Amino acid sequence: MGWFLKFLNSSIGKKFMMAVTGSFLLIFLIIHLVGNITLFFGAGAFNTYVSALDTIKPLIRVIEVVLLGAFVLHIFNGLRLWMENKKARGITYKVNGSKENSTIFSRTMAITGSIILIFLVSHLATFFWRFNVHDPMGLATHHQYYDVVVYFFNIWWYSILYVVAMIFLGYHLNHGFQSAFQTFGWNHNRYFPTIKIIGTIYAIIMALGFASMPIYFLLGGGN
Amino acid sequence: MAKLDSKIPAGNISEKWTNHKFNMKLVNPSNKRKFDIIVVGTGLAGASAAASLGELGYNVKAFTFHDSARRAHSIAAQGGINASKNYQNDGDSDFRLFYDTVKGGDFRAREANVHRLAEVSGNIIDQCVAQGVPFARDYGGLLDNRSFGGAQVSRTFYARGQTGQQLLLGAVSALNRQVDKGSVKLYLRREMLDVVIIDGAAKGIVVRNLLTGEIEKYSAHAVVLATGGYSNVFFLSTNAMNCNATAIWRAHKRGAYFANPCFTQIHPTCLPLHGESQSKLTLMSESLRNDGRVWVSKKKADMRNPADIPEDERDYYLERKYPSFGNLAPRDISSRAAKEVCDEGRGVKGGDAVYLDFKDAINRLGQKVIEERYGNLFEIYETITGENPYKSPMMIYPAPHYTMGGLWVDYNLMSNVPGLFVLGEANFSDHGANRLGASALMQGLADGYFVIPYTMGNYLAGDKPTLVKTDHPEFEKVAKEVKDLTNKLLSIKGKRTVDDLHKQLGRIMWDNVGMGRNEAGLKKTIEQIRQVKEEFWKNVTIPGSGDDVNQTLERAGRLVDYFELGELMALDALDRKESCGGHFREEYQFEDGEAKRDDENYSYVAAWEFAGENKWNLHKEELKYEYVKQAIRSYK
Amino acid sequence: MKAKKLNLTLNIWRQKNSKSVGSFAEYKVQVSPDASFLEMLDELNNTLELKGEEAVHFESDCREGICGTCGLVINGHAHGPLPKIATCQLHMRNFKDGETIWVEPFRAKAFPVIKDLMVDRSGFDKILQAGGYVSINTGGVPDGNTIPIQKEVSSLAMDAAACIGCGACVASCKNASAMLFVSAKVSQYALLPQGQPERYRRVERMVKVMDDLGFGSCTNTYACEAECPKGISVTNIARMNRDFMMAKIKSKEVEV
Repeated sequence: MGWFLKFLNSSIGKKFMMAVTGSFLLIFLIIHLVGNITLFFGAGAFNTYVSALDTIKPLIRVIEVVLLGAFVLHIFNGLRLWMENKKARGITYKVNGSKENSTIFSRTMAITGSIILIFLVSHLATFFWRFNVHDPMGLATHHQYYDVVVYFFNIWWYSILYVVAMIFLGYHLNHGFQSAFQTFGWNHNRYFPTIKIIGTIYAIIMALGFASMPIYFLLGGGN
Repeated sequence: MAKLDSKIPAGNISEKWTNHKFNMKLVNPSNKRKFDIIVVGTGLAGASAAASLGELGYNVKAFTFHDSARRAHSIAAQGGINASKNYQNDGDSDFRLFYDTVKGGDFRAREANVHRLAEVSGNIIDQCVAQGVPFARDYGGLLDNRSFGGAQVSRTFYARGQTGQQLLLGAVSALNRQVDKGSVKLYLRREMLDVVIIDGAAKGIVVRNLLTGEIEKYSAHAVVLATGGYSNVFFLSTNAMNCNATAIWRAHKRGAYFANPCFTQIHPTCLPLHGESQSKLTLMSESLRNDGRVWVSKKKADMRNPADIPEDERDYYLERKYPSFGNLAPRDISSRAAKEVCDEGRGVKGGDAVYLDFKDAINRLGQKVIEERYGNLFEIYETITGENPYKSPMMIYPAPHYTMGGLWVDYNLMSNVPGLFVLGEANFSDHGANRLGASALMQGLADGYFVIPYTMGNYLAGDKPTLVKTDHPEFEKVAKEVKDLTNKLLSIKGKRTVDDLHKQLGRIMWDNVGMGRNEAGLKKTIEQIRQVKEEFWKNVTIPGSGDDVNQTLERAGRLVDYFELGELMALDALDRKESCGGHFREEYQFEDGEAKRDDENYSYVAAWEFAGENKWNLHKEELKYEYVKQAIRSYK
Repeated sequence: MKAKKLNLTLNIWRQKNSKSVGSFAEYKVQVSPDASFLEMLDELNNTLELKGEEAVHFESDCREGICGTCGLVINGHAHGPLPKIATCQLHMRNFKDGETIWVEPFRAKAFPVIKDLMVDRSGFDKILQAGGYVSINTGGVPDGNTIPIQKEVSSLAMDAAACIGCGACVASCKNASAMLFVSAKVSQYALLPQGQPERYRRVERMVKVMDDLGFGSCTNTYACEAECPKGISVTNIARMNRDFMMAKIKSKEVEV
């Protein structure tokens, strides 16, 4: 296994790790969004969906552990890359022309990632925690998950933060999607422009999709 | 006085090299590692020599003043490399390449050397392909060829317009492999400032570490100089900024003969001068003349734009004067023809430039084909001049480009100093008075890959494996002289800059030892050079110190040698009372302006021995032409 | 014919040597729009030398954009604001009268400054020495036409081989990563049949040395490609990633 650890510690290995964990999270987001769309079909639909997940709890727990692993590795590795890469430059430029040679999405991965991390903590603290661990209002225990969502999304500042975070998520995904393909070596001049477009569409759908939920409830939807 | 012995092997010309390879002594494989060889320069000749000698098992120390072996100026060669492969089935052969090169050199090259060059030319291509050099290929997957000046067959192999780059990267990759293996030690940012001769044989060099200013000594059993040519004596040339003659010149001052210094090549297709601040001239590959047509207006001082000059008022002078070779006439002839029309006042808008027009080729082949062939050259042109050559014709003018002259070497590429070998442009051997296009790469690699590995063994087989130590008194003495020179330069603290003085020398050289030379001008030149030299030693300013990076000091050291070399060039040009190849003496020409050679009196290599300041002794090596009949070189 | 001269303010990084701390110095110059950027610096140096001051040290050699010796960061761009040229090919007609220009050395921990605008890029050669070659000796090779190579493949290899090793990719990458340079060499040999026998060993060794030298990691911003004077494509990086992973999977050695 030594060779594998060494591989993961090489510059390309670190990219590979970002891409593998990132890809896993890209897929997770799709499932997450599809499931949450039930919010737009009212309390019944959403509660049934969450309850259904509850019936396969052991499997969900396994997936959650893997997901946690992916998140931790993605975050840990990302921070490490960010620190190492900063060091590799040394003295910074007085005038920086990066605006003209790269996209803002690609340059801000560490920042957008960090914002998403902060969001993630609050997101877990509200929904995941309430659904799974601590349920002061006793809603989740009675499968009233929908009411928890309504409760939080009616807090205006919480919803606005949520929407802002989703914009950054879109930025992050827009670069991350095509970046994963490049890292895996799937960059062919004929197909890659299409991959980039798909990545942008994916990022927009994810950002709009997730942001639409707090907006929907904030604007009085679902009541 | 030592008699010049060219050591040309006996026998028929096509068997000389084969027989010689067999007759030469060998060094036992296990003894090779007991011999140290210094190679100075990492261009095509130096890198290929260092790599090949390292592969054989010798301990090689390779030196370059660059920060990387890959930066040597061979990298800038654009057009291609000749080889007598006859892949095109157009009648090429070793003998034809040999014949073309001897004729192209205006019968001033050594037949035996040139034939060997032709013989190994094919091996070079094979070697480079095996290294992974991405030569141009046809749709069938086989190697492609193009035509070049001075030949009526297509024998030039190329990698877009970057052939020199690809060949050098190939040779340097071989060198890097030996560095990786430990058989070659690479010394970067070291400028050779002197050679150390002990008991009559070259035993080492003294270099300046360009980062620390330290004067370092290195000893070896043999020294190989592959340090390129001396076109920068003109200040403005197509050579790189740092190309210089210091290594060969200092060797010359230690006893190595300098051969044919006046044989310099003025390349016909360079970008014209734009102003005083210009630092160098840019070459446009000769391959452009495959499809471009050279012309000027028939009228003097015609101020019209090229598009406004109708077809019947244009003079396609190369096609007119040399109908069978046309735009592919050899370099010396094309350059002189350009000078002639410009001197008549028919250059572009009365100035020093002629048109190189692709309109007909674009109409015939389409822009796409032209783009494929010359795209990068057209881009270079547009970047520098700000004009689009697809729309309006290029403007070109001749510029110093290559020096056929160099240190005298025998058939084994060894100078008259035992153990001092000279390869590539730094020697004089293969191109006579004019080099054909795509032959410099061929010669550099032939010398490094296929000649020196054999002849070096032959020399070392007669040497003892004990290595001279660098604390030998002779090393100390030479190192001290080098240090003294540095200190002397730094102490002048005058009022004129190195570049300013170099420009002054360059102008003198260009005006009188350039494309046209005459007795009065040459005599005057020698006086003028001495004056600038005196001015230099009195009034140059070199800020900074000697024990740090100091680029001004580096340039000053090189200029010191250019003064002396420039004088020798003029002296040689004065001595050679004939016109041949790149050497055109205005007194010796036919009525139609063609060069008038004097085979009876000047069929020799002029090898100059340094005999103290401003003094040289001339040694002559007679040239015999047994296989190519000396004839008036006609490209009509 | 003679165009009007430009008046410019140059802010140039001056640093005595690798150990000292550098800073910007301001110079006012007048230059012909036909001059190249480096010729402008030559002129500036002439005036400095006349005053007995040390010249601004910068490196250049061929001045035709092929040797890769020159390399300055001009107004935040490696080799200046124009695409696909080296610093030596940048001409002053691309600047406006009265403009202020910032000139900095290539910045990377793996490229320490030697003096002023000169940096040490010898790391690149160390990477090349770790396998950037085909292991064949001089002589004894087959005829050049023995192996036909598809024109497209040969052309792709040439695209990669066109790299001049200037280091602009490292200078412009926000991570100072050398991936474009290394991948160009790896790609050239990975594409050609001549490079196949050592294909995987080569990429493993070269990446190892690259990592050891302290270059950053690639985060796919593609700034390198945008600033590369030869337009080397990032598809080469993708190819190297692929080959590196394959090398790790295929390697028969247990611990590498």
